[in-house]
Amino acid sequence: MKLSVWTYEGPPHVGALRVATAMKGLHYVLHAPQGDTYADLLFTMIERRNHRPPVTYTTFQARDLGSDTANLFRTACQEAHARFQPEAMIVGASCTAELIQDDPGGMAETMGLPIPVIPLELPSYQRKENFGADETFFQIVRALARPVARTGPITCNLIGPTALGFRHRDDITEVTALLSDLGVEVNVTAPYGATPGDLKRLGAAHFNVLMYPETGEAACRWMERELGQPFTRTIPIGVGATRDFAAEVAKLTGHEATLDTSRLRQPWYSASVDSTYLTGKRVFIFGAGTQVAAAARIARDEMGFEVVGMGCYNREMARPIRALARDYGVEALISDDYLDVEARIEELAPELILGTQMERHTAKRLGIPCAVISAPVHVQDFPARYSPQMGIEGANVIFDTWVHPLVMGLEEHLLAMFREDFEFHDAAGASHHGHKATPRPESAGQTTPAFGPSDPEPAPAADGAATWLEEAERELRKVPFFVRGKARRNTETFAAERGLSQISIDTLYEAKSHYAR
Amino acid sequence: MTHQSTLAAPAGCRDAPVLKQRGQHEVFCGLTGIIWLHRKMQDAFFLVVGSRTCAHLLQSAAGVMIFAEPRFGTAILEETDLAGLADAQDELEREVDRLLARRSDIRQLFLVGSCPSEVIKLDLSRAAERLSARHAPKVRVLNYSGSGIETTFTEGEDACLAAMVPALPETRDRQLMLVGALPDVVEDQALDLLEKLGIDRVTVLPARTANNGVAVGPETVFALTQPFLGATHSALERRGARHIPAPFPFGEEGTTRWLSAVAHEFGVDKERFESVTDAPRARARRAVAKATETLNGKSVFLFPDSQLEIPLARFLTRECGMTAVEIGAPYIHKSVVGPDMDLLSQGPTISEGQDVDLQLDRCRAAQPDLTVCGLGLANPLEAEGLATKWAIELVFTPVHFYEQAGDLAGLFSRPLHRRQLLKKSEEIGVPATPGAIPDPAPTSGGRS
Repeated sequence: MKLSVWTYEGPPHVGALRVATAMKGLHYVLHAPQGDTYADLLFTMIERRNHRPPVTYTTFQARDLGSDTANLFRTACQEAHARFQPEAMIVGASCTAELIQDDPGGMAETMGLPIPVIPLELPSYQRKENFGADETFFQIVRALARPVARTGPITCNLIGPTALGFRHRDDITEVTALLSDLGVEVNVTAPYGATPGDLKRLGAAHFNVLMYPETGEAACRWMERELGQPFTRTIPIGVGATRDFAAEVAKLTGHEATLDTSRLRQPWYSASVDSTYLTGKRVFIFGAGTQVAAAARIARDEMGFEVVGMGCYNREMARPIRALARDYGVEALISDDYLDVEARIEELAPELILGTQMERHTAKRLGIPCAVISAPVHVQDFPARYSPQMGIEGANVIFDTWVHPLVMGLEEHLLAMFREDFEFHDAAGASHHGHKATPRPESAGQTTPAFGPSDPEPAPAADGAATWLEEAERELRKVPFFVRGKARRNTETFAAERGLSQISIDTLYEAKSHYAR
Repeated sequence: MTHQSTLAAPAGCRDAPVLKQRGQHEVFCGLTGIIWLHRKMQDAFFLVVGSRTCAHLLQSAAGVMIFAEPRFGTAILEETDLAGLADAQDELEREVDRLLARRSDIRQLFLVGSCPSEVIKLDLSRAAERLSARHAPKVRVLNYSGSGIETTFTEGEDACLAAMVPALPETRDRQLMLVGALPDVVEDQALDLLEKLGIDRVTVLPARTANNGVAVGPETVFALTQPFLGATHSALERRGARHIPAPFPFGEEGTTRWLSAVAHEFGVDKERFESVTDAPRARARRAVAKATETLNGKSVFLFPDSQLEIPLARFLTRECGMTAVEIGAPYIHKSVVGPDMDLLSQGPTISEGQDVDLQLDRCRAAQPDLTVCGLGLANPLEAEGLATKWAIELVFTPVHFYEQAGDLAGLFSRPLHRRQLLKKSEEIGVPATPGAIPDPAPTSGGRS
């Protein structure tokens, strides 16, 4: 038993729902108690889908448990088939139905429906949403895809995008265009927008583009083995990764890697002088493994940030994220408990968080700027405008998204110059966070510390570390709040390395020069 | 009864035939009630003993409305709990100890049963007893089931309140108890009206905090403020309290009749009643009249959701000039909503329970001007051209009593009003392509 307040991932059957809802002509009969229909609103409200998810829930109640829930399932299957006339069906159980052991898969097989019926075994008490999506799509592909003749021109399949995915809708458009520039047409995109009939011709493509390992890797591995289709490993998020992706595709096609960079603005925006203020910003990155890995590379190599911590909530990605973290000289946090993540953020005091909606709330509480890079999704993650993460336009979008929460360069400079300004003092927070300016406490500045929310109390440093002398503490307060955490940390590290017991103004400035870049 | 100018005509639909179908129910389970109950009871914590699905439901239903560390959580059952490898009682005790150590502000802890905990027959009442003994007197531990197999949406609140009743101290005082979780602002208005009527011994269940002196006994009379409290109603009767049947306090008429029934019980005279209610009645009528300009003559179809459907249909048909096509409710307890049914004209289909696909067929055939339904159906029906009102808002928004009557009517008129405001997409030169919403743009679409 584990106490959970907020979760990053839903149960595995929600992953199956994401696959079913993304597809057309597929119907999901889910053996589930009354109330599990809440999942519909994820799609109709958060994603603003204009149709009901193609799911029939048996919605059994206590009185059915005494009689015949199995029969209820059979009736639901028959009626769903008669009403929706799907090309194929998937059947399975939610967490409660798993306990009553009606075996929906076995029952559906014996019903003799004239369409493929694919049973799903999703262990609700062990696995989670991403596994559910990955496994469901894999089972559908395994049931339907067969070796077929390859298309004449070189084509690929786009694998992994689902309903309720973080920017999947727009990534499909961007990657399709990118591939077209590389001389590759898309054979099938799946599960997003695909019918069971489309999946039967997956084998016609020359290779697969694995867009999202979280939801498409098992299917890609199976197709590599059974249909002889290699798949791409690079996720084209960021400029460098997009170039690598183009090179990887070119290797598969034997063509030249021609990338149309006429719309690429990110490198110039990053190089232009206003972006100087981004240099060395300390960022903490957390989310689904794929997005975290991509964000780390962009943060360090394309934005000039310092990555001070990273982690992911999906255990399936623990190994690559740990390895990546080692490359970046930080320790990976693999946890699905948002309180662990919050604690790590507090400890690291980053200047920017790249995270999920959970971290957005943590950031709000701690007064740290934050940009969202990954699921779990929120209605805000489905903007009306075109807003991909992948490819050329994705790189542009990411630059804007990450920079937006930060105070702009010139603005930051003015803030630092006039830090005792009545409006822009430490406690006021950034001007664009939508709050009214907070008046500065009367005696702030000289006697009463007015610490920013991310600034710990000036208590004597723990573990026998150096103590701050009052004058040094006062001097530290003159450092702008958004870099004060770093100044404090650097000075303390500097003092600890030298075995100093006290921190004076001199120590502060010696540390500053020591860490100067 | 001297206050009611128009006594209920017997020609209502209390005895009308009820359509009962059994199929997919598109409703929430009782756990959802935690979303508002944990805000109402400020020193209570709701610990769901369930699965990842339960946690995900609470999170999705709450959205991110109330982030921060909420006063609810889910003890997620894992393989070892199911396989019997871990003693669930010990596990639960450990989690509760940890929780109470971190949240020293908690005075009431509800162990809330879920579908999986019911199916594996986890004995939460025994757990609650053990934990109560362990943490008394600082924390009182109660249990109820919010599982989907036993409760439908608002029945979760009913189960919670019903679980509190046996633990209430006994009193022999003559008093009025208001039953139902209302937003504080609305509750204060109700208490103020009652006080002006001279009824001053009033308690409220649930109270805002644990140590509030709410008691019950044979001299207690109670008035329900929510129509879904059937089990609480029975539990209070078992404690000797007596119910005051009345229509529910929605709209000017509902509020007046509800207050009038209470006033009658306490022998409030006609003059006093009128002097207290005349002004707010007039205000409520004026406020409702504004929305009625939009609603008058329109048809409405209510899908089953919160059990508020019958009282709301009474309000919409009698005060807003609407015609009800179908009134669906998950359950119809005539001992509770009977007075509202008496006022409701015959004609609409009254349905109890649900087969959502068949009900959608009826709704599409009827093409009502307004459909009141859950969040899973609203956007799909809008995309088909039907105007909808999401039902859940009726539970989350202050809608009871005089001062909210206009707001209540406004919740229904706004979707219709909005449709009038928005130009049809064809009129602004864009082809209406409902399919374009979730589909990726054509390759050239997003590229400038």
